[in-house]
Amino acid sequence: MIAFLLKRATNAAFVMLAVALLAFVIFRFFGDPVEMMVNEQATQADRAELRERLGLNDGLITQYGRFVTHAVQGDFGISYRNQQDVMVLIKERFPATFELVLVATVISLVVGIPLGVITAVYRNSRLANALQLGSIVGVSLPSFVVGILLILGFSVTLGWLPGFGRGETVDIGWWSTGFLTPSGRAALILPSISLSTFQVTLVMRLVRAEMLETLRADYIKFARARGVPTARVQWRHALRNCLMPVITLTGMQIGNLIAFALVTETVFQWPGMGMLFIQAVTFVDIPVMAAYLMIVSFIFVALNTLVDITYAWVDPRLRDDTARTGGGNG
Amino acid sequence: MSDIVLDVRNLRVEFPTRKGVLTAVDDISLQIRRGEILGMVGESGAGKSMTGMAILGLLEPPGRIAAGTIRLSGDRIDDLDDRAMQHIRGRRIGAIFQDPLTSLNPLFRVGDQLVETIRLHTDLDPSQARERAKTLMHEVGIPAVDERIDNYPHQFSGGMRQRIVIALALCAEPELIVADEPTTALDVSIQAQITALLKRLCRERGTAVMLVTHDMGVIAETADRVAVMYAGRLAEVGTVDNVVRRPKHPYTEGLMGSIPSLRHDVEELQMIPGSMPRLDAIPPGCAFNPRCAHAGPKCRREVPRIAAADAGAGTAACWRTLEGETA
Repeated sequence: MIAFLLKRATNAAFVMLAVALLAFVIFRFFGDPVEMMVNEQATQADRAELRERLGLNDGLITQYGRFVTHAVQGDFGISYRNQQDVMVLIKERFPATFELVLVATVISLVVGIPLGVITAVYRNSRLANALQLGSIVGVSLPSFVVGILLILGFSVTLGWLPGFGRGETVDIGWWSTGFLTPSGRAALILPSISLSTFQVTLVMRLVRAEMLETLRADYIKFARARGVPTARVQWRHALRNCLMPVITLTGMQIGNLIAFALVTETVFQWPGMGMLFIQAVTFVDIPVMAAYLMIVSFIFVALNTLVDITYAWVDPRLRDDTARTGGGNG
Repeated sequence: MSDIVLDVRNLRVEFPTRKGVLTAVDDISLQIRRGEILGMVGESGAGKSMTGMAILGLLEPPGRIAAGTIRLSGDRIDDLDDRAMQHIRGRRIGAIFQDPLTSLNPLFRVGDQLVETIRLHTDLDPSQARERAKTLMHEVGIPAVDERIDNYPHQFSGGMRQRIVIALALCAEPELIVADEPTTALDVSIQAQITALLKRLCRERGTAVMLVTHDMGVIAETADRVAVMYAGRLAEVGTVDNVVRRPKHPYTEGLMGSIPSLRHDVEELQMIPGSMPRLDAIPPGCAFNPRCAHAGPKCRREVPRIAAADAGAGTAACWRTLEGETA
């Protein structure tokens, strides 16, 4: 297991180095950092001095090395626009995006998995057909349309839920959470539903397909032959064998959710990283963009690694230490 | 009546398809007594597994029991709904399937699968159930039970897994075990061990066994009586000795002639010309008549049947025997 973890971690580290190279190239070569940072009255001497101070005269390898070293320490430089430490900006915005994505993921699993099982088990019923049809709509509606419709319905017409912002937040250390206040929780509802619509249908369709496959397996028939009640066979014996691809999908999709969040955050004026990135693009704020790239990639890579580890947890056959027959010292 | 565990009468299993209704099991009558092992033989598609599944109430829709009755120790079970059958399956009828590699759920420890089955059918608490699981594993010959109980199926060999499957079938001390090709997927060297184990455990407990197989060797070794199936119909029923040594039905005769181990003295293996008809193309009269050397006009006209009343005795569904004109 330790060898497995080390291998995974090494792979992840290499991927991150490659991403860092990309971020570095963007940072270093898309426009001249010095030109972006100094004001128009700066003399040639001022510029040369800044260039020297930023280390832009050093060899490229040295500069890349420095970029990586700083990035590992969470130092992505100063935002051109706000003249603030980029990491401070990210730290302010990250909790908002994270909480949104977390709630959307939970919704997609809690709603998507049961719907998938139901559509598989009662596959010819009217309910299942209706759900299948609905899922096509869910997959094909763009998330900003869902967001706008939700705002129109629940906050403009009915006035039940807030349609923009995060509501009140509570700071726990540097983390600002919206979970602890009623307005924060209310503000989460519409954006997370909007963000999860696509995921719910994706999870549902995946679980349905997997369940149909698994329900034909011999061990399902044998479980029935042992007298295991039908519902238990479906929800325990069959479903558990379907979860592997769901884990993969969820792991991969959390990365996508963070990317999709960009749209949802814009629609709901959600003060998250997506909004920060959109603003950064508008102002060609290269350090913020580079940092966003690095952090989103890091989350992607970390999730993938986590997914691999979770496999081993769900499927005993993939655990290295149990492969030895009769091994009992786990 | 008292010691008849399984009493199947005129069972008919049908599969409605787009092309019409297929009759997978056609008018089968069988009886198995307490402690008796009935071997069911026949080619693939002869309806032997289907009969087993019908008894377990596990026919895949749209397959259904179209006629006949199934009684378990006198209680009718063919007309029960699925919920009621859940209390029969595993509790009064145990099942063993063909492939032990796929019969066990790969994601659950074998101990958990045993404990689950035991607790479903008995009043034992979790720790008592675990003790019973260990006893059963020990009985079916799993070594180092204390360690092995927490292993996953993939940590066992095929033969060991089939032992676990047998333990699962025995969890609630059922009256009947339906064993569907229990040794077919195993290595030849393991087959004998597993059949011997099954035979010993059922003899000790007085469990009736329906042993579905296409392996006459297994039948000869294990069963008390044999039912030979052909194209969904019963061809012959009788004691192992009679059926193997003195087959009455020409199909049974051909079947015995085609087994190398049973006829050492014969130089060349006999074989039955042609192949079993598909279910949608069963000829009129005796289903075997196109391949039969003795077929007469009546064989091509009327279906010979073993009367339900004779289900226990030794008879063949052949006009030659039914009309007493033995060749």
